[in-house]
Amino acid sequence: MTNEVLNELTIFVLAVFVGFEVISKVPTILHTPLMSGTNAIHGIILVGAILIAAGADSPVTIVLGLVAVTLATTNVVGGFVVTDRMLEMFKGRQRAKPARPEAVKK
Amino acid sequence: MSVAITLAYLLAAALFILGLKQLSSPKGARNGNFTAALGMVVALGATLPLLHFTRAGLTVIAIGVGVGTVVGAFGARMVRMTAIPQMVALFNGVGGGAAALVAVAELLKFGVHPQFAEAFPSVLSIVIGSVSFAGSMVAFAKLQELMTGTPITYPGQQIVNLLLAAAIAGFAIAVVALASIPFSFLSLMVLALILGVAFVLPIGGADMPVVISLLNACTGLAVAATGFTLNNFALIVAGTLVGASGSLLTKLMSDAMGRSLANVLFGAFGQVHAGATGTAGAQGRSVRSASAEDLGTLLAYSQRVIIVPGYGLAVAQAQHAARELADVLERRGVDVEYAIHPVAGRMPGHMNVLLAEANVPYEQLKEMDQVNDDFKNADVALIIGANDVVNPAARSTPGSPIYGMPILNADQAKNIIFMKRSMRPGFAGIDNDLMFGPKTVMFFGDAKDSLTKLVAAVKAA
Repeated sequence: MTNEVLNELTIFVLAVFVGFEVISKVPTILHTPLMSGTNAIHGIILVGAILIAAGADSPVTIVLGLVAVTLATTNVVGGFVVTDRMLEMFKGRQRAKPARPEAVKK
Repeated sequence: MSVAITLAYLLAAALFILGLKQLSSPKGARNGNFTAALGMVVALGATLPLLHFTRAGLTVIAIGVGVGTVVGAFGARMVRMTAIPQMVALFNGVGGGAAALVAVAELLKFGVHPQFAEAFPSVLSIVIGSVSFAGSMVAFAKLQELMTGTPITYPGQQIVNLLLAAAIAGFAIAVVALASIPFSFLSLMVLALILGVAFVLPIGGADMPVVISLLNACTGLAVAATGFTLNNFALIVAGTLVGASGSLLTKLMSDAMGRSLANVLFGAFGQVHAGATGTAGAQGRSVRSASAEDLGTLLAYSQRVIIVPGYGLAVAQAQHAARELADVLERRGVDVEYAIHPVAGRMPGHMNVLLAEANVPYEQLKEMDQVNDDFKNADVALIIGANDVVNPAARSTPGSPIYGMPILNADQAKNIIFMKRSMRPGFAGIDNDLMFGPKTVMFFGDAKDSLTKLVAAVKAA
């Protein structure tokens, strides 16, 4: 096994632990936005897609590159925008929360 | 790979982790999404110096990015709030498809005899990415109601799926060992696509959020595998993060429904047939329905009313009408609360958000554990477009697909007003005995219209 593969394997294993740890305490109402947010992050495949598309030189690679870049961009852009739309809705709730002690005072 | 690029990838990875951390608390969630998006921009920017364009390459990327941006942004902005879960399924599916295609392109480049270290992750990516793509499309179709939301099962289904998986393993080995046969790529992809469809078909529509979360984790792993093929740190780290956090999230989501993941994925096999025939007897039974005037009087002279909102309220955009009814009742001295089931609507938190938008006071929104003991003291449980979350079968019918899911005890209220568009079963595709109960009155119609009628009736009472 080459050094490079070993390095990659190390990164992979550490990232598994970080991934588990980082979201271990998430409230139910955030399950869907979090799923959508991680969905946008795996749009990083766009990096891979432009790497192969840039060097496209045959009909097969051109088609593969074109479809891959289109799909990956849709994943990234759509993923982040739709997550933002979901979280935008939480504003109402955020405002309602601090309003509570005031209401009691009155 | 130069030092600068590697450092930029490291920065991107740190931003992704930070973004995920922020996304898991209500306060920082929206910033977390921006942080992760910034990480994406950094990773893409750092990749630019790595590109060696052919003449066609630049055009291909420009067209792809252009089309993808328009489709993604347009789709995400235009979609109605109620349809957001299937949109997530769609965006997840295309990501999986992209991962599989990148792996195919890379494998083609290696030619006749690729190294094991390159062939193995490529094959993984092709298989997992294709399963994720096809599975997500079926999930989309089920949620969009392009196909039935009820589980689709047939005898021997598990054996067929097992054979499919075995065939895929066989082809995978052939690809890793021989690599030069283009036909084997294609077969591998086609088989994996079929497996993706076959895997999701037997899972009910109500369980789709859990399935999408699982496929989301799969896409993450496919991306990580592609990262191994391309020797690209950014792909490995980001893909693995999603794979791991997505798996945990999938477990948390099925826990929130009080079920094991295995029960969600394979629950349609075996037991359910008994349960389904058991409830089929409900078809012949009759229900009580009443006029708006009668129900208005019942509500107006109650002490305590608990409103149970569900997907029907979201579809009809009836949150403002619901609040109006609550206001009218409160002015008459009736105590009104909202009981929010964790999975009411089609995504967790759906109801809180809609009702907050209608300026329903935060303290009237009660979570299931807070409110469940109050139902027996309530005069009326007013169920607005909810169904599965109040179905007593979850407590009493072991064969039912929703058996074991914690439900709201609406059946313990003195009276139950069940507002529904029709007698059609809920999203899980099962009958609800509560509709036939002696204390239950059905009130058919669009949630918004019905609520407006009730408001008028309460005012007149």
